[in-house]
Amino acid sequence: MENLTTLTEEALALVMKADSLPLLEQVRVDYLGKKGHLTALLKTLGSMSAQERPAAGAGINKCKAQVQEQIGLRKAKLEQAAIDEKLASETIDVTASGRSSEHGGLHPITRTMRRIESIFSAVGYTVEEGPEIEDDFHNFEALNIPSHHPARAMHDTFYVDKTHVLRTHTSPVQVRTMENTAPPIRVICPGRVYRCDSDLTHTPMFHQVEGLVVDKGISFADLKGTVDQFLKSFFEADVPVRFRPSYFPFTEPSAEVDIQCTHCEGKGCRICKNTGWLEVMGCGMVHPNVFEACNVDTEQYTGFAFGMGVERLAMLRYNIGDLRLNFENDLEFLKQF
Amino acid sequence: MKFSESWLREWVNPELSTQQLVDKITMAGLEVDAVEPVAGSFSGVFVGEILTAEQHPDADKLRVCTVAGPDAEPVQVVCGAPNARPGIKVPFATVGAKLPGDFKIKKAKLRGVESFGMLCAQTELKAGDDDDGLWELPLDAPVGVDLREYLSLDDAIIEVDLTPNRSDCLGIKGLAREVSALTGAELKPCDCGEVNATIDDRLNVALTAVEQCSRYVGRVIKGVDISRPSPLWMQEKLRRSGIRSIDAVVDVTNYVLLELGQPMHAFDLAKLSGGINVRLAQADEAITLLDGQEIKLNDNTLVIADDSGAIAMAGVMGGASTAVDASTQDLFLESAFFHPTAIAGRARSYGLHTDSSHRFERGVDYNSAQQAIERATQLLLDIVGGQAAPVVSVDSEALPKALTVVLRRERIAAGLGFAIEDAEVERILQSLGLGLKSRSEDGWVFDVPSYRFDISIEADLLEELARIYGYNRLPTTTPSIPVPLPQKSERRLALESVEHQLTARGYREVITYSFIDPQLHKMFDAETEAVSLLNPISADMSVMRTSLLPGLVQTLAYNLKRQKQRACLFEKGMRFIPKASGLDQSQGLAGLIYGAREANSWNNASGDVDFYDLKGDLQSLLSLTGKEYRFVPTKRAALHPGQTASIVLDDKEVGVIGALHPQVLQDLGLSKPAYVFEIDLWVLGGAEVPTYTPISKFPEVSRDLAVVVDRQTAVADMSEVIKGVAGEHLKDLSVFDIYSGEGIDPQRKSVAFNLTFQHSSRTLNEEEINNATALVVKRLEEKFDAKLRQ
Repeated sequence: MENLTTLTEEALALVMKADSLPLLEQVRVDYLGKKGHLTALLKTLGSMSAQERPAAGAGINKCKAQVQEQIGLRKAKLEQAAIDEKLASETIDVTASGRSSEHGGLHPITRTMRRIESIFSAVGYTVEEGPEIEDDFHNFEALNIPSHHPARAMHDTFYVDKTHVLRTHTSPVQVRTMENTAPPIRVICPGRVYRCDSDLTHTPMFHQVEGLVVDKGISFADLKGTVDQFLKSFFEADVPVRFRPSYFPFTEPSAEVDIQCTHCEGKGCRICKNTGWLEVMGCGMVHPNVFEACNVDTEQYTGFAFGMGVERLAMLRYNIGDLRLNFENDLEFLKQF
Repeated sequence: MKFSESWLREWVNPELSTQQLVDKITMAGLEVDAVEPVAGSFSGVFVGEILTAEQHPDADKLRVCTVAGPDAEPVQVVCGAPNARPGIKVPFATVGAKLPGDFKIKKAKLRGVESFGMLCAQTELKAGDDDDGLWELPLDAPVGVDLREYLSLDDAIIEVDLTPNRSDCLGIKGLAREVSALTGAELKPCDCGEVNATIDDRLNVALTAVEQCSRYVGRVIKGVDISRPSPLWMQEKLRRSGIRSIDAVVDVTNYVLLELGQPMHAFDLAKLSGGINVRLAQADEAITLLDGQEIKLNDNTLVIADDSGAIAMAGVMGGASTAVDASTQDLFLESAFFHPTAIAGRARSYGLHTDSSHRFERGVDYNSAQQAIERATQLLLDIVGGQAAPVVSVDSEALPKALTVVLRRERIAAGLGFAIEDAEVERILQSLGLGLKSRSEDGWVFDVPSYRFDISIEADLLEELARIYGYNRLPTTTPSIPVPLPQKSERRLALESVEHQLTARGYREVITYSFIDPQLHKMFDAETEAVSLLNPISADMSVMRTSLLPGLVQTLAYNLKRQKQRACLFEKGMRFIPKASGLDQSQGLAGLIYGAREANSWNNASGDVDFYDLKGDLQSLLSLTGKEYRFVPTKRAALHPGQTASIVLDDKEVGVIGALHPQVLQDLGLSKPAYVFEIDLWVLGGAEVPTYTPISKFPEVSRDLAVVVDRQTAVADMSEVIKGVAGEHLKDLSVFDIYSGEGIDPQRKSVAFNLTFQHSSRTLNEEEINNATALVVKRLEEKFDAKLRQ
C-alpha cells in the first residue's frame, strides 16, 4: 500500500497549494471524486484476501477522511480570504456626506407661534384667526376705542379707506369670537398685524398672539396665574414675572408683564436697559364696554385677555439681535432655524 | 412728562431714594422711562465774576481775566471763550476742581501766562446743551457760592411715559397726589390763593359753543413790564422739564401748565377787538398761529374769537395777531375747560401737537381753571408787576357733573380673586381723592374727583384698588374651566403636517410683507386692481398683495444678490383679492425652487431643478389630502406659456404651477429658470378618511405599451382614455418613458405606459389581458392618432 501513502501526501500537498476555490475543488475531484485516485484504491480491495481487506479498507478511508478534512479547512480559509478581499475592495469613506441630506425649516416667527399654540392648546385653548383688513368697528369701536380716542394715536394705523384698516392687533379676532360663541371661551388668536411705523425697533408688519378666556368667576388672579405659567413654560425656566399697572382701552384692570431679563438674570444689561426686567406682554380683565359691544352679559361673565409680540419672544428665545432680520428672509438667517 | 425730582419733592417728600421713588411710581403704572442727573458729576465749581478781561499778549483768541470767586483775592484765569468780558457771572472751576469725565483743574501756563482755574460752558459741566461760549449766570448770582448749591444741581430729571388715561398726572400737582397716595407722605397744599383786584377792567366772555367749552375763566392784567425776565428758579424748572424760557409771560403760563396741568393762554389786551367768543370755526376760516403757520380751519374746530374773527385755536395754540410781544403792556389771561371730545384729534388733523392739546384731549380737571388763573396772576405780578382786574368766569350747562361709582364688596373678591378688607378699600380710594359718599351692607358709593377722567365704572375702582394694593401682592391662581374632550375630525388636515411635508423636502419658510410694490403687483396680476393703502410707509410697500408669488420672487432675487445659487422657499399667508362680491381675504400657500437640484456636494451631478421637481413636491403635498387633482395647461401673467398648469380639484381651479416667464427672469436679473406654485390653503385643510379595499391573493400581470403620438398630446389625457377602456381589472397605470429625438418624427414623441392587471378572486388569463391591451391600443389610435412603437 505504498501507493496509498504517496497518493495521500500528494493530495495533501495539492490541497495546501490550491489558492482558489476552483483549484481546490479540482483536487477534491481528482482524489476523492467517484473517479478519484484515492477512491480508485478502494476498488483494489476486491482483489485482497478477507483477512487483509478490513485493515486496508480502514487505511484508505482514514486517508480519504484526512484529505477531506484538509480540503474543508483549506476551503474555509479560501472563503474567508475571498470575503476579506471583497470587503477591502468595497470600503468607502463613511465620513463623506450623504445624498439629499438637506432639510428645510420654519421661519423663527412661525416656530415661535407654533410653540405658543402648543402650550395653550394642551389645556383646551382653540386657535382662531380672522381677516387682516378689518373694519373700524372690530379693530377699534368694539374694543372701547372710539374715534378721536387718544389711544388711537398709540396705534399708527394703516388705512385702506375711511372705515377699513389693516388690523393693528389681533384683538378683533377676540371680538369676532365673542360675537359668534357663547362662553365659556378659551381661545388664542395668532396672526399678522400692521402699524405705520418703521425704524430700528419697529417694522410695519409684525405678529401677535392674543388669548381670551371668558367664563363665570374668572378673576385677575386667574389671569396672573395663566400668564405666569405660560412664561415659565415658554422660556423653560423658573423666570421671575411681575405685573405692572398699565392702560389698554379694552381691559380694566390692565397690566404690562415683565420677566426678569433672561440675558443678565436681572443684574442689568444692554438688553434690559439696565432695569433687570424685560417687558414681554400686555394683559387685563376684559372691559365691560367690550363685553357689551359683543353682547356678553357683564353681570354673569368676566374674562381676561392677554397679548404678546411674537417677534419679541422669538428674539429673546433665539437671541436674535435685530428685529428687521425677521423680514429680510436672508437664507443664512433662515437656515439657522 | 418730564420733570425735576426736586420740584416734585417741594410738593411731596417721601423718605425714599430717587431709585426707590422711581420704582414706586413705575410699579403703580406711571412708567418711568429715564432718570438723568440734571448736571454731570463735578466739584469745586463756584459762581465767579469776571472783573477784568485783557487780550493775551501772545494769542489772538485768548483773554487774560481776573475773576472773583470763593477766595478773598481775585485770581488770574486765561480763557478762550469769545463772550468773556468784565461784569458777567460765570461758573468758575477753581484749582483742584473736578469736572465731568474726571477732569482735574490744575494751575497751568497758557502761552506763558499763568492761569488759576477755568471758566466753564454749560456743556463742560454736562448741565445743558448750550456750548456757545461761557455759561452766563444771572447778574444777581452770589459770587463765591458753590454752583451746585446755587442752581440746585443735585437733582434728577425724571421722564414718565404716561398712558392716555392718566391725564391727571400731566402736572406736578397730580404726580405729587399720586406719590402721596402711594407712600402716605403728606401733600403740600396749592399756593393758589385769590389775588385781590386792584383795577376793574373786564372783558365780555360769551360761550357760543356750549358743549365744547363749558367753562371759561379770564382776567385782565394791566401795566406789566415784559422786559423783566423770569427768575432763575423758574427758568431752571422749565428747562428741566424740557421747556425753553421765552419771556416772563410765556414762562408763567408754561409753569402753571407743568405745575397744575392746566393749559393757559395770554393775549395782548391791546390787540383784542371787542369781547371773547368761544365758538366753532366757520368752514375755511383763516388763522395765523403763533408759530407763523397759516391754517384754514374746519367747522369742527373750536376757536377763541373776538370781533375780528378767530384769534386762537382753542386748547391747541394761540394766534399771531393777538400774541404777546416786547411792546405788550396789558394782558388778558385765559384759563378754560375744553371738553376732550372737542379737542381730540383736532390738533392732529392739522399736523399739530402741543402741550396744551395733549392735555385737553386727555382731560383737564374742570375745577382747576380758577386756581390756575390765581396762581398765574400772582406769579406774573411778582415778576413783571402790573395790576390785576377781577376774574371773569363763565360756565355752560354742559359742565361735567361729579360722578359717583358704586363698588360692590363681592365684586372685589370675584374680580381680583382676593377680598381686600373694608378699611383698606376705603383708605386706598380716599387716598386717591375719591370721596366716600355712602356705605351699605353690599359695599360703597364713591364720588369721583374732577381730575380723574378714567374713573366711571366699578371695574375702574377695582383697578385702583389692585394698583395701589400692588398687582404683585395679589394672589395667583389657575383658572379651572371644564375641558370636554374635543371633537377631532380626521377629515381636517393640520397645517403642521403641510409644513412638515415641505420642510422635510427641503423648503424654507419665509415671511414677506403683505404690502408690495405696485409695479411688482402689475407684473404678476395686471388684471386685478389691488387694494392700496391711503398712508403707505413707502411707495414700494403700498398695495396689498393678491398673490404670494411676488414676495417669493423678491426674496429669491434678494438672496441671489447675496451669493446664493439656489433656493427652495415657501410662504403661507393672506392674499387680498377684490372681487365683484367684495374683498376676498384668503390664505394661500406658495413655493419656489431655483438653481441646482442639490446643494454643492461631492457626489452630485444631478443638474438644475425643473418643472417636474416642483410638481413632484406639490403632488406629495396634495397627496396628504387623499383627493384627486388635475393639472390643466394654462397661461398666466409672469409665467411661461408652455410650462404652466392650473391645478383643478372637482372642476374648480385651486392653484397654479409653472415656470417664471423668461421676460420676468430677465427683468428681475435671474439667470436660471425659477419654478413656482401657489394654491389656496383651504385645499390642504381637508383630507379623505381612508377606506380599506381587500388585497387580492392572485398574481398581477403587467404589460408595457409604447406609442408614438403628436408632441402636444397630454399624457394625462392619454391616461384618462386608457383607464376608461382597459377594464375593471386594470390596477395600476404608469408612464415610464417619454421620449422625443433620434428615430422619432420631430413633431412626435414616444410615450411608454406600464399597465398592471389583477383580479380580486381569480387568476386572469392571457386572453383577457391581450383583449384589454388591444382595446387600449385601438382607442389610443382613434383618439390620438397613436402608432404602436415596435
